[in-house]
Amino acid sequence: MSGTLLLEQSLNGLQFGLMLFLLAAGLTLVFGIMDMINLAHGSLYMIGAYLMATLVQATGSFWLGLALALAATAAIGAVLEVSLLRRLYGRDHLAQVLATFAIILIANEVVRILWGSQPILLNPPPSLTGPVTLPGGLEYASYRLLIIGVGVLVALLLYLLVSKTKVGMRVRAGASNREMALAMGVDIRRLFTAVFALGAALCALAGALLGPILAVQVGMGENILILAFVVIVIGGIGSIRGALVGALLVGIVDTGGRAFLSLFFGAFLPPQLASAAGPAVASVLIYLLMAGVLFFRPQGLFPARG
Amino acid sequence: MTRAVPIFLLLLAFPLAMQATDNLFYVSLASRILIYAIAATSLNLVLGYGGMVSFGHAAFFGAGAFTVGILSAEGVSSLWIAWPAAVAVAALAALAIGAVSLRTRGVYFIMITLAFAQMVYYIFVSLKAYGGEDGLPLQGRSSVGLGLSLAGDLAWYYVVLAFCAAVLYGLHRLSRSRFGRVIDAIRENETRAEAIGFPVYRYKLACFVLSGAVAGLAGALIANQSSYVSPSLLHWVQSGTLMIMVILGGVGTLWGGALGALVLLALEHLIADPQVGWLERLAPNYQDHAGLAVGLVLLAIVLLAPQGLAGIFSPSPKHPGGSRA
Repeated sequence: MSGTLLLEQSLNGLQFGLMLFLLAAGLTLVFGIMDMINLAHGSLYMIGAYLMATLVQATGSFWLGLALALAATAAIGAVLEVSLLRRLYGRDHLAQVLATFAIILIANEVVRILWGSQPILLNPPPSLTGPVTLPGGLEYASYRLLIIGVGVLVALLLYLLVSKTKVGMRVRAGASNREMALAMGVDIRRLFTAVFALGAALCALAGALLGPILAVQVGMGENILILAFVVIVIGGIGSIRGALVGALLVGIVDTGGRAFLSLFFGAFLPPQLASAAGPAVASVLIYLLMAGVLFFRPQGLFPARG
Repeated sequence: MTRAVPIFLLLLAFPLAMQATDNLFYVSLASRILIYAIAATSLNLVLGYGGMVSFGHAAFFGAGAFTVGILSAEGVSSLWIAWPAAVAVAALAALAIGAVSLRTRGVYFIMITLAFAQMVYYIFVSLKAYGGEDGLPLQGRSSVGLGLSLAGDLAWYYVVLAFCAAVLYGLHRLSRSRFGRVIDAIRENETRAEAIGFPVYRYKLACFVLSGAVAGLAGALIANQSSYVSPSLLHWVQSGTLMIMVILGGVGTLWGGALGALVLLALEHLIADPQVGWLERLAPNYQDHAGLAVGLVLLAIVLLAPQGLAGIFSPSPKHPGGSRA
């Protein structure tokens, strides 16, 4: 196992983890503050990616398209919250599951009607298509480096927003004890619409940035949604710090498992068995991680509710 | 339970009417709905009666189906071996998953059952010798021996109907038994049940295993229904669909699972299949977008009928269930 391979896979894991964090951050706040299970979070990710693809084509600029897609998805999120999800806060989790599952079905069909069933293409900005050479001689795609950069930047901004500003204080207060925050005069309703819109924008950012790497297609939200749930459960529901740690853990364990398990099994198993066992165990690894965390820390790593 | 008799008689006569009018396709659709009714009812046992929101029921459903599929691929197609094996495998899986999962509560229970179901999904998908992602075709329906065959649509329908009726009757009896009362008590107030002296964990685990076993039976049936086992039976969307059926029909009500399966599958079929004239004029190719209509109907039901469909028919369900998970 060479050093460059290890570095490359670590960067891939970091990149995947940061994108998961963008999804998980909104989800964990929605879950933590309003005690609301939102399965439709993945749909906002899909909508963001589709809007991005269309707007990049319409404006001819990657960055302008990105800004517009974020704004548009945030607006869609806010409208969804005010018109529909708000009615579900007082209901039990099962009603929320049913309603947001319905939203997934509706969103998938609307996207299929507007854009068709075929996956659509989204290109990285022309200046970032080539590889760059990192110290140590590793050739790494510059676009992936950009994703890592943006991910780190957003994570930092989000951390500052939540832990250092007044708005962030209200968000944390809402997550740790909603009734008490209400009694202290926090306007939870308006705060929550804002949190939801922000979460939607973060979803769109993840969808837009991952679009050129993964396929932009109907159903892309469902698979990643489950990973985002795994992340917030590992991290502790309602905790931004937990979401970050959980996302990086899941990203690195998943990427590392896929890259190295076959090699690992190859060391002591016959090659045929090793090549079959590697991917199988790699897919299971993050769920094993989650089950393990829940077994020893039933509230996740960083419980938000004190 | 008195209304069960006319419904049962109606279901007995249904295939004969379809045969007389040359609509045998509907018999096959009805068998499918009955199988999903069994699966959804098994989920309702843990979710509605037991108050344990399992988001991983596809694991047991799919494990039952794959047991039948794998045995068939190995040349064992006897019903008398394959079906009990499917039930046993599903029950064992439920025992292992339940034993760990039941240590957690609320949302964490939902997520840990999901995690285990995903593990089971990936394990079966990785079994390349048994189809992997492509799924596993069966040789045919399980063989019964004694000169009987399950190949015909009518015979198959009656077998499925018998199982469905038995499961519903079993649930009815169970909910009135001592075991059912204890499960009720645990759902309503776990701490109190514990204080009275019931071994809460063991009761919950028994309930979970029983439910898994019944889901395994439904899995064995669905594998036979289409003579094909798809890994999508194990996917989390399948768990979600079963849960939707239960919520739609009525959480913690005897008929909830069956009603939800009927409405969801019939709705999907109605929208996706026959040519409805005025809809066709209004929106060409509307069949391609069945999900849109299903989604809108589900949304309307959540907002307008909080107790599920069973709640419309009997306003005060015996099991309000669906406590904040």
